Order: sequence, then C-alpha cells, then structure tokens
Amino acid sequence: MSRPEAAHAHDAARQHPPHLSPARVLDLDPLLDDPSTRIVVCCGAGGVGKTTTAAALGLRAAERGRKVVVLTIDPARRLAQSMGIDSLDNTPRRVKGVEDHSGASRSDSVEGGGGRRAGGELHAMMLDMKRTFDEIVEAHADPERASAILGNPFYQSLSAGFAGTQEYMAMEKLGQLRAKDEWDLIVVDTPPSRSALDFLDAPKRLGSFLDGKLIRVLLAPAKVGGRAGMKFLNVGMSMMTGALGKLLGGQLLKDVQTFVAAMDSMFGGFRTRADATYKLLQAPGTAFLVVAAPERDALREAAYFVERLAAEDMPLAGLVLNRVHGSGADRLSAERALAAAENLEEPRIVDQEGGKAGLRNSPDTYDSSESAASEAPAPDAGSPAVTDMEHTAATDEPQPATPHLERSVDQLTAGLLRLHSERMQLLSREQRTRDRFTALHPEVAVAEVAALPGDVHDLAGLRDIGNRLAANRPELPDPAVGA
Amino acid sequence: MSRLQVVSGKGGTGKTTVAAALALALATEGKRTLLVEVEGRQGIAQLFETEALPYEERKIAVAPGGGEVYALAIDPELALLDYLQMFYKMGGAGRALKKLGAIDFATTIAPGLRDVLLTGKACEAVRRKDKSGRFVYDYVVMDAPPTGRITRFLNVNDEVAGLARIGPIHNQAQAVMRVLKSAETAVHMVTLLEEMPVQETADGIAELRAARLPVGRIIVNMVRPEVLDAADLELVRSVPRAAVAKSLSSAGLGGARRGGNAERLVDPLLAQADEYAERHALEHEQRAVLDELGLPVHELPLLAEGMDLAGLYELAGELREQGLS
Repeated sequence: MSRPEAAHAHDAARQHPPHLSPARVLDLDPLLDDPSTRIVVCCGAGGVGKTTTAAALGLRAAERGRKVVVLTIDPARRLAQSMGIDSLDNTPRRVKGVEDHSGASRSDSVEGGGGRRAGGELHAMMLDMKRTFDEIVEAHADPERASAILGNPFYQSLSAGFAGTQEYMAMEKLGQLRAKDEWDLIVVDTPPSRSALDFLDAPKRLGSFLDGKLIRVLLAPAKVGGRAGMKFLNVGMSMMTGALGKLLGGQLLKDVQTFVAAMDSMFGGFRTRADATYKLLQAPGTAFLVVAAPERDALREAAYFVERLAAEDMPLAGLVLNRVHGSGADRLSAERALAAAENLEEPRIVDQEGGKAGLRNSPDTYDSSESAASEAPAPDAGSPAVTDMEHTAATDEPQPATPHLERSVDQLTAGLLRLHSERMQLLSREQRTRDRFTALHPEVAVAEVAALPGDVHDLAGLRDIGNRLAANRPELPDPAVGA
Repeated sequence: MSRLQVVSGKGGTGKTTVAAALALALATEGKRTLLVEVEGRQGIAQLFETEALPYEERKIAVAPGGGEVYALAIDPELALLDYLQMFYKMGGAGRALKKLGAIDFATTIAPGLRDVLLTGKACEAVRRKDKSGRFVYDYVVMDAPPTGRITRFLNVNDEVAGLARIGPIHNQAQAVMRVLKSAETAVHMVTLLEEMPVQETADGIAELRAARLPVGRIIVNMVRPEVLDAADLELVRSVPRAAVAKSLSSAGLGGARRGGNAERLVDPLLAQADEYAERHALEHEQRAVLDELGLPVHELPLLAEGMDLAGLYELAGELREQGLS
C-alpha cells in the first residue's frame, strides 16, 4: 500500500465513521475518467448485483464524457427495458436519457484530451449467444460451408447454449466490440457461471480442444483413410472412433465429424481470436472489478476470484461491495437497544397482570452505564409538550388522559429499538464477513455501496447507484438523514 | 412424496442451504437421504463444515431420530469414466480417450453431455436398490443449477435423445427423462421476497411447466421477522418526535431534550422505520406475485446469527413442521 492511498483511506474513515472496518478505498471516478481504461470487466458470484453495477458504471462514465458500451449477459427485464435493450438483436443500441455531467462545454470532439469531456454516450447490448456464434460462422466460412454448419444438429445444440458456450461467446463479443474501436470504454458483465470463472477458461479450453488430438481422431476417417504408410496410426484411430461411436451412437458421431470437418477451416481463426481476447484481458487498458455482497458465500467467491485473476495475470482494480448496511444510530449497540425495548414492553405485561406499573423507571442503570456524561432527563423549557411527557414518565401511575397514546408510542418505540437491534446485528455480521476478506486480501481496494430497499429499474436508479459507488460510503436512503 | 427432490433458485437465494435442510428434514426418523451437488462448488462441504467432498457417497450428518444424510459431489469427468466402466467395461478405452482430450471435450464442450451425466448419476441413485430389493436411499435431494438454467439442465436428456437417435447414450437419456418427468420428481424453487428473484421464479416455473417437468413448491428463504405491525407503521407517520424521544428516555437511553442522547436517536430510528416500511410494502407485493403462481408457498426465517450447522438443523425442523417431509 502506497503512502498517498493510505492517507486517503484514513481521511475517508475520519470524515465518515466507517460501518465496516477501513481498508484501501477504491476510487472509481479516476478509473472511469482515465482515457487509457478501455475495458472494465465486472465479475462475481450470481445474485450480487453484477449487472446493475456494470450498467451503473457505464452510465456514470458516459455522463462524465466517455463513449461507452455496456455488454450485459442476462439483465433483469425491467432494467433492460429501461435501457431500451430488451429486444435481442445482438448489436449495441444507444441509450436515451443520458445526461451530461461532465461540466465541460459541449463539443463534437471526443478524441484526445484527458479527464472529463463533453459528448459522452451510452450504448448497451444484451448478448445473444446463438446469434454471435452464427455470425462467426457466417463471417469465416464460405456460404456453402456456412449453411452446412448452421444446419448441423450438433452445431445447433452447441450454439443454443450448453456449458461453456455462453462464456466463450461473451469473450468473443468483447473481442469484436474492442476490434471495432467505436467506443472508448467497454463495460462487460460476465455470465452467471457455474464456477463464475468459466469465462476465463473458455478461450483456453476451446484452444486446447482445437489443438488436441481429438480433432484429428474425429477427422481421421475423412483425412487419413486412404493414405498408405499411416496404417498403424489408422488402426489406433479407428479403435478410438469405434469407442466414440459406441458411446455417442453412430449417427451422432457422424454429425460431430461432419461438423468438425466443416469447421476445420475456421478453427485456426477461433484459436487466434480466443488467444487475442485472453491477451486483451491481461492488457493494461483492462480493469477487473470483483463484485460481491457482504455475505459469506459471495465474499468467499470474491476471494477465489482475486486469487484466480492474480494467477492469470489479469489486472484487478478492486472489489465493489454492494448492499452494505449502515445506521445513523450506530452508537447504540444491538444489546442495549434490545434491553431498552424489553424495558419498554415490560410494564404493558405487568399492566395486564394487575396494574402494577412500578417497574417502569427502574433500569436507570442503563443510563449510567452509557457514559459518565450522560444527561439526566431534564425538562426542556422551550417545549412544554416535552415537559408534560417527562412528567408523565416520572410518575409511576399512568396519567388518565394519555395512557393509550403513551402505550402505543412505547410499543412503537420498542419496535424501533428491536428494528435497530436487528440492524446492528446485521452490521456486525457484515463487518465480520468483510474483515475475513480484508485479512486475506489486504491489498484489494474496496468501494462500498449502501443497500437499497428496492430494486433498480431506471436510469435515475442507476445514476443513484453510480453516485453511491463513487461516494464510497454507506448512506441511509432517507435524504433527511444524509442532509 | 417424490423421491427425487430438485432444488433450484436464483443465485444468492440460498438454494444450497435449503437443499441441505430439506435432505436433513427428509432423513428424520430413520430415513436415509442422499444430497447431491452438481456444480462443483463444494457448497455442501462448507455448509456441513467438513472437508471437500470426493466423488463418492459419504455420510455427512445424522438426523434427529436416527436418520442419515449422505452427500455426493458429482464430478462429470469421473462420472463419465465410471459410466464407461460400468456399462461398457471400457476402462482402458476410457483412459485412452482421456489422454486424447476426449473426456475433457465430452464433459465440457460436447453439448449437454455433462448435464446428461449429472442428471444420470442422480437418477441412478434414485433407482438403486440393495440386495433385498429395497431402495438404498429413501430420498435424493439435488442442489441443482440456478433458475435460469434449470429447465435446460433437466431437459437436456430430451435434447440429447434427439441428437443421438440410437445407441447407449440415447437409451440412457430416455431412461433419465422417464424419471425426471414422472411424479417421482419434484422441482422446488427457492426465492427471496425481492423483485428479481420472484420474477425469475415466475419465469422459471413457466419454463418448467412448458417442458412438462414436475414443479413442486416455492420456498421463500431468509424471511425477516415482522418487527413493526400495521398499527406501528400507521403511527410512525404521525408520531411526534418528542414523544418517541420521551419514550426512549424512559427506557434508559439518555435525555429526551433537544441534543440529548435519546433525542438524537429519534431521526435515525425513524429513518430505519421508513426503510422497513418501504421494504415491507415491496415484500407484500412480492408475496402476492408468488401466491398467483398456484403452488404451495413455504417461508423460512432469516437466521440472525448467520448460517451455521445449528441453523441448518433449525431450518430442517421448520421444513418438517411445514409438512415438506
């Protein structure tokens, strides 16, 4: 950790009492503004808000002046609708309603210049796996061969999205978008993979398959069939195809062989592009963001990601921690809140049992335990209503005029305290989980996003998330508290 | 009660936890269940706080009343070699295929073969009998792929049976489909009371029904307790701040006057109540959406202490009480 970053983290911690322990703070605006940042990849386990994070980052970068394309894999329907990408045509569409927050004067020139520029644009697209695969075939094979491939039953199943295809096609599409060079920033959402890392493996796996002996075996009957001098090899080969035939059924093997033969000419291209995309991911213009929520499983996956990205030499920018909870009253512990709630509820039960309300003010010990400087309840001269209440409280027997209201207020207050107690338990659980991650990976910078009560499905919501990402501190959604 | 219980749900809803609790609940009173993991994440081992599971059926828990839970993490590659050996005595050829990269190909790239092996292994466990002709496992619970992929995953054998129109794979695929589409199977969906998971649950159920796969129950996980009732939520909008400050003060939380410790708690506590009210309203809407799906809906509580082994037994007890086992 370098000195200025440490100072930054410390500063942020002092200004806003952290709800989670301080770690390196991930500052996202410089990353988004830096013209040398060309690709941002959001990865993480399913259900942590990856797609929303990708979309919010894309919108923020566009509103700060960059020409951005967001590639999403499987966005929630309403989010897709709000961005106008709910129809699948596999090409980026310009998103309407993007504002110019760049602060620079509007100009047509987007080229050059650092930092904030005017004229940002947001484009978005949703990946259509099958369409992407078809396009590759159409682009790289002559029409006759292309139609043979597209009509092959084996190909049709493969392209419709079995294991690995989605990951591979996402990377393929990323390579295509980058090659077009129409956008100066590409934000990619990764597929909700089984292992969540298949997108890293897909190009390699395909490459090793294409380089492998299996291809030669599959092509054996067609290629080595008649050649003299290959007889010994050929016997081995036909034993293999025999075994494969036995396993797959003769007709499927034939489909596979026809498919492989038809694809043969394209394999070189596949491999070259798979390698190129893999290298692109390692390039300095790429930044990986691991997205997680402060939950055990999500952070365990995140830790795994961090290690895996390091092993693959992929540049990690940091961790985006979504759905972090905060409290404006975090001085009041869960235990004390609960004890106070019980204290408020107690007299009611006593009342029902026979009107003995004498326990009401007994636990004054809580007050003294709080701090030496704790104020004793004193009448507030400016507010007669409060004085009245104070008087009521000081009396053992409830006043005949107000017992009903007072009881409901006490009941409500007890509820508020229980709610707070739950919130504080959640906070400490989140903190423990987060500490475990930080202990394991202290080098990873973290941006926290406060939890929202509901889902995001419009640009205003995405903009809000973007602000929270950049502000990097949990805030209660209620504006009254933030103000 | 179906003997194969498949548990799916959107990522992050806790489907592994629910699957494990269900396996535990079904094992209660001397039954034996097998909990199957198909996604290679070792989530079951983590949940039961044991070391990573090998590709073998091994006892991981004892249920109340003497039942047993076995667990199996299916490795597709080993399952394929297993399968070759078992059905075709092709151990040697299997090794040769592995050398060629064919096993890797078959289990990762070949369309659906991986899923055929995973579902095939689970169905084999469902049908397996001991020497006396009794089922080895009373129930098999599968921690299945998430909602977005569950229909394709379970239906893969239909697709493969169509691709491979003859041969052992075809027969195997047909046999698996007979189990999956029968009353022997029930597919449960785990969700949270949030918009996206509920929407995915509704979509997933529609897909399962279209593929004529047997849909079981909806299990709402991590349901937060009701802390404020309707009357409280009504009152929270109109209650004088001073009255709350006063009440807090009387509970021993400091002074109620302006700037006093109790008084300063009022705003944040009311803000948290507003948040609660908003979430409460959203949850109410989502419950209504779930109710319209026409399936039994069960709710499991959010465990305040987080998920651990004790919590798992608690959830299993809850499932039993609600009649899921």
